Amino acid sequence: MTRVLRRLGFYLALLLFTLFAVFPIVWMIITTFKQDGDLYDIANNPFLYNLPPTLKHVTFLFTDTNFPKFLWNSVYIGVIVVIITLLLSVPAAYSLSRLVGSWGERSGVALFLVYLIPPTLLFIPLYQIVTFLHTSNTVWSLVLVYPTITVPFCTWLLLGFFKSMPRELEEAALIDGCSRWQAFVRVALPLSMPGIATCIVFAFALSLSDYIYATVFVSSAASRTLSAGVPSELIRGDIYFWQSLMAAAAIVTIPLAVAYGLLFDRLVKGFQTGSTGGGDAA
Amino acid sequence: MHTPETTATVGVGDRDRLLGWLMLSPALLYILALVGLPFVLAIALSMTSATVGDPSIHGFVGLQNFVHVMHGSAFALALRNSVIVTVATLFFTLVLATGESELLARDFRGKWLIQILLILPWAMPVSLAGVDWLWLLDSEFSPVDWLLRQVNLLGPGTPLGPANHLYYYGKEWLGLGSIVTINVWRLLPLATLIVLAGRTSIPQDIYEQAQVDGAGFFRTLFRITVPALLPILMVAGMFTALLVFGDMTVTALTTRGGPGYATQSLPYWAFLKGIEGGALSEGAAVALFMFPLLLAGAVLALRIAYRAESQGDRP
Repeated sequence: MTRVLRRLGFYLALLLFTLFAVFPIVWMIITTFKQDGDLYDIANNPFLYNLPPTLKHVTFLFTDTNFPKFLWNSVYIGVIVVIITLLLSVPAAYSLSRLVGSWGERSGVALFLVYLIPPTLLFIPLYQIVTFLHTSNTVWSLVLVYPTITVPFCTWLLLGFFKSMPRELEEAALIDGCSRWQAFVRVALPLSMPGIATCIVFAFALSLSDYIYATVFVSSAASRTLSAGVPSELIRGDIYFWQSLMAAAAIVTIPLAVAYGLLFDRLVKGFQTGSTGGGDAA
Repeated sequence: MHTPETTATVGVGDRDRLLGWLMLSPALLYILALVGLPFVLAIALSMTSATVGDPSIHGFVGLQNFVHVMHGSAFALALRNSVIVTVATLFFTLVLATGESELLARDFRGKWLIQILLILPWAMPVSLAGVDWLWLLDSEFSPVDWLLRQVNLLGPGTPLGPANHLYYYGKEWLGLGSIVTINVWRLLPLATLIVLAGRTSIPQDIYEQAQVDGAGFFRTLFRITVPALLPILMVAGMFTALLVFGDMTVTALTTRGGPGYATQSLPYWAFLKGIEGGALSEGAAVALFMFPLLLAGAVLALRIAYRAESQGDRP
């Protein structure tokens, strides 16, 4: 009897958590395909299609707005930021975990200090730097600053990964005549692939998610990202293009959620070594 | 073990140290140039009279900007709201993440699908999540209001009535509550991921032993899981707190700080003052108020995490 109750409780709790997570998304998807006459009638049941569903607002998004441009800019910036992040944080994390001595092993705390300076604290001076470098209003201003968000995080995550990796493997390679650099490239790097995969996901997600830099640095629609462009383009004064707004959000969210969901266990593993490594350093 | 190269690996040799600095320096220089320098610039800026029209750093005014912004009526509210929203979000997120990770630590059928659904809010860029919630809690067409009306909780002659709408973003405490809900919603997946990472590294035999001893679900949760999770809960808490405290997007897209300044927050106030209002120096001053609070929070979290870990709760 208690067993049955426990099972029931388990599934009930799971159901509640899932409902909380998906309710706003379900509402978003329902809205996407609604006709104006249906959407703006307060007497209607808002969860049903009282008039036949329409693709009109999705088509509008692709043909009459800059949405395709925003999508392209976001992917373009995201990919470049991921590459820069890996080039900077993989060697840095390896160096901190192996090469620069006890000082480096305690750097988990120092990396946390960098987080204590959030984008909302830096955007004003960074705006001046970006203007000074003549990159404001271009995607390059964002490519330049997004690694300030991704590099500390990914270095911290990878630091834990490298620390949890047995040193003996690289030392065996050194005895076999490899140089330290070769041991890093041939032994440590392949073993840290799960950590690197987690970093790719996070770096992309973080650069996609930024709103403040994208809003402050870029004002021309042609260079805007999804985060900044969609709200500014589809909310015009008091006029909200609700169906198209919801369509844009759904088109961005659902593929990413599927990717993250399938990588779920890997992301958990990334935090396992990452966070305990950071904790030790604390 | 007798070639020079291998002795170098026992300690950290000079050549390794050189390579180490070479590998570290790109990241270090980048962070110094684009986090360190702007941070110093922010401090310098906050003590000048720079505006968008004249952004150069001269005209030293000392702490005048700080005094000036502190006397504005918006500042006290922004500070209060930032603290309230962060603490409330932190509390609910950590409690829910502990619960959710407890569920996801088990195996069940269709788990992959549930994982996709649960991670959905985190996959959404914050600004689009803000827009989604703006529509979900719309003053006129909110489906939440509709559901409340259907079960006779809202409308004339009902407990929440007499109005037909709650106007979530138009009221002080309802607005703040909505902002907390949105933040919990969007950050719960990340917190759960982190807590789950700690949860799965608790050895299974402790749980089997607890079961043999006849400990119930809640007893096991509070006696074994939560103490063992404390260090990782601090990590999850720190990420959550930083992402809420430093965020202006949710406020900017939902309440816009209103009504009046009732739901204003420090980062959004800094944005409005510095960029929209053109007073760069005052915006920088408002933003700088975030730093000591963040530092205090981080020190506290690290101390708790460190103490829990050094007490040897973990095998």
